[in-house]
Amino acid sequence: MLLAVRNLTTYFFNGQGTVKAVDDVSYELEEGQTMGIVGESGCGKTVSALSLLRLIPGPSGRIVRGEILFEGRDLLKLSQDEICSIRGNRIAMIFQEPMTSLNPVLTIGYQVMEPLLVHKGMNKKAGILKCIELLKSVQIPDAPSRVGAYPHQFSGGMGQRAMIAMGLSCNPRLIIADEPTTALDVTIQAELLEIMKGLTRDHGTAMIIITHNLGVVARYADKVMVMYAGKAIEKALTPDLYRRPRHPYTKGLMASIPRLDQDIRQKLRPIEGQPPDLANLPKGCAFAPRCAFCVERCRREPPALIKISENHEVACWNYA
Amino acid sequence: MMKSMENPIRDGNAVPASVFNSNSIIKTLIHHKVVLAGAVILLFMLVVAVFAPYLAPYNPDDQDLYQVLQGPSRQHLLGTDDVGRDLLSRVIFGSRVTLLMGAVSTFFSAIIGVFIGLVSGYKGGVIDMIVMRITDTFMCIPALVLILVMVSALGPGMHSVIISITVLSWTWFARIVRGQVMLVRELPYVEAARALGASGFRIMFRHLLPNVMAPVIITATIALGGNIMLESAVSFLGLGVQQPTPSWGNELRIGYSYLEIVPLFSLAPGLMITLTVLAFNFLGDGLRDALDPRLRSNSPMMR
Repeated sequence: MLLAVRNLTTYFFNGQGTVKAVDDVSYELEEGQTMGIVGESGCGKTVSALSLLRLIPGPSGRIVRGEILFEGRDLLKLSQDEICSIRGNRIAMIFQEPMTSLNPVLTIGYQVMEPLLVHKGMNKKAGILKCIELLKSVQIPDAPSRVGAYPHQFSGGMGQRAMIAMGLSCNPRLIIADEPTTALDVTIQAELLEIMKGLTRDHGTAMIIITHNLGVVARYADKVMVMYAGKAIEKALTPDLYRRPRHPYTKGLMASIPRLDQDIRQKLRPIEGQPPDLANLPKGCAFAPRCAFCVERCRREPPALIKISENHEVACWNYA
Repeated sequence: MMKSMENPIRDGNAVPASVFNSNSIIKTLIHHKVVLAGAVILLFMLVVAVFAPYLAPYNPDDQDLYQVLQGPSRQHLLGTDDVGRDLLSRVIFGSRVTLLMGAVSTFFSAIIGVFIGLVSGYKGGVIDMIVMRITDTFMCIPALVLILVMVSALGPGMHSVIISITVLSWTWFARIVRGQVMLVRELPYVEAARALGASGFRIMFRHLLPNVMAPVIITATIALGGNIMLESAVSFLGLGVQQPTPSWGNELRIGYSYLEIVPLFSLAPGLMITLTVLAFNFLGDGLRDALDPRLRSNSPMMR
């Protein structure tokens, strides 16, 4: 077991009240496994990922409860120095927007080798050689001449390649990719995901892909966690989830994406309504107001995750 | 004004030009005639200061008591002072002291101010509040009064003037840097730096500092002018560099007593002070225009 997240709960406390961004989320990840976290904007995907590295912006945000066991150690109990030595070294993170996640006044080469300087005590000379190698591995053409370039001289796709190279530089055991391809063209998305998948397979790196793109998950993740309003509402192996989605929300997500094998005259069915305000959640199931299968009990008490088969869990009263 | 047209956008992604696009900065500066004038004046002053021993016609300390308080003549282009020293030579050597003290005090106040501003802006919270109240306090005290008190406590002379000007002017840098850091520290690349395991120190000095350098350079240029003025004021009041070492401020003071007899005695150093401070302000204004892409008339964003 590489990573075991148990009852992770992250709240934001502001003047109005408590925003329950991540509420009692648990999951596990084996070495080399890829997990997808799916959900719509503002459902707590990114915060759950940032919580892993304890990057929740203070002072309003705080991890209230839970434990994050990574390689046998609880990340939430580590000192500031210890967590710094894990960030970028054992767990790397790839951000959404390459152009704003790269420092505009530092060269690409420096930024790619920075984790090596920080964690491996490498000098700059060795760092540049390693950096060229890394840039080659993410298929940046003419890598030796690009190490001196600045981010504004890179396109979005190239920037994201550099970000991936940076993430992989210390050969981490886990990579968290927070919507790694959202800001890019569709053609480049596929290419980059292939590169990431290939490199993580070669190095046996586990990966958490955060996305709202079900297609990405279907192709690259071994298992999936669907989040809604800060809670995990369905967890399953990828084939199971796609063959038989259980939660009405997951079903809704599946129905709202176009399919090649579907009659083209058939309209896509969107999920009605808006996601709830995380500071002001309904008493029962958070999805109840939008749910077509809502029963009386759904409005009264929130459902817990229950196991419906070996590798499939769902939080819905319809299966209780 | 068609300069960035020459570079067709390279990879299909319209990215605004970097703040540190040196080529266009130089061009903007040259287009700006006032800035050019400022730069030329300062360059001239610098050459004069550096090569003072070669340029000065006389040793600035050589007295000729038979020729005191003379007007301009072929021998003494600007005339002589009250003990018969050549005024031109004293003004030339005075530039050394004045420019050096301005530069050194600005340098130290920039270092102190930038450091404090970085820490204050990055850490925020209680530290920030305390630091900002301290800078408020410093800014409330009239500059000249504080300097006079400090110089009289430390004793007159070069060191005490530099120290007291530094103590006074670091607050400008601290404020500017702190404000910039507060803007920059919320950007995704700072979070990315944190995610790769960079320490607070590393984030401040490797990631934030280069991003706030542009306003620091501008502030330093304008502060240099201000500090030279302060130094001259202190010298004028007799608390700066002591005679016989010439500085523009103390030349002005002595010349002031003989204003009716030899007006050039105080006019010459006075004009030098004015010219230098003006040149620094011109340059500072121009640099601000050049380094701030939004103010650039031909900025890619405006097209």
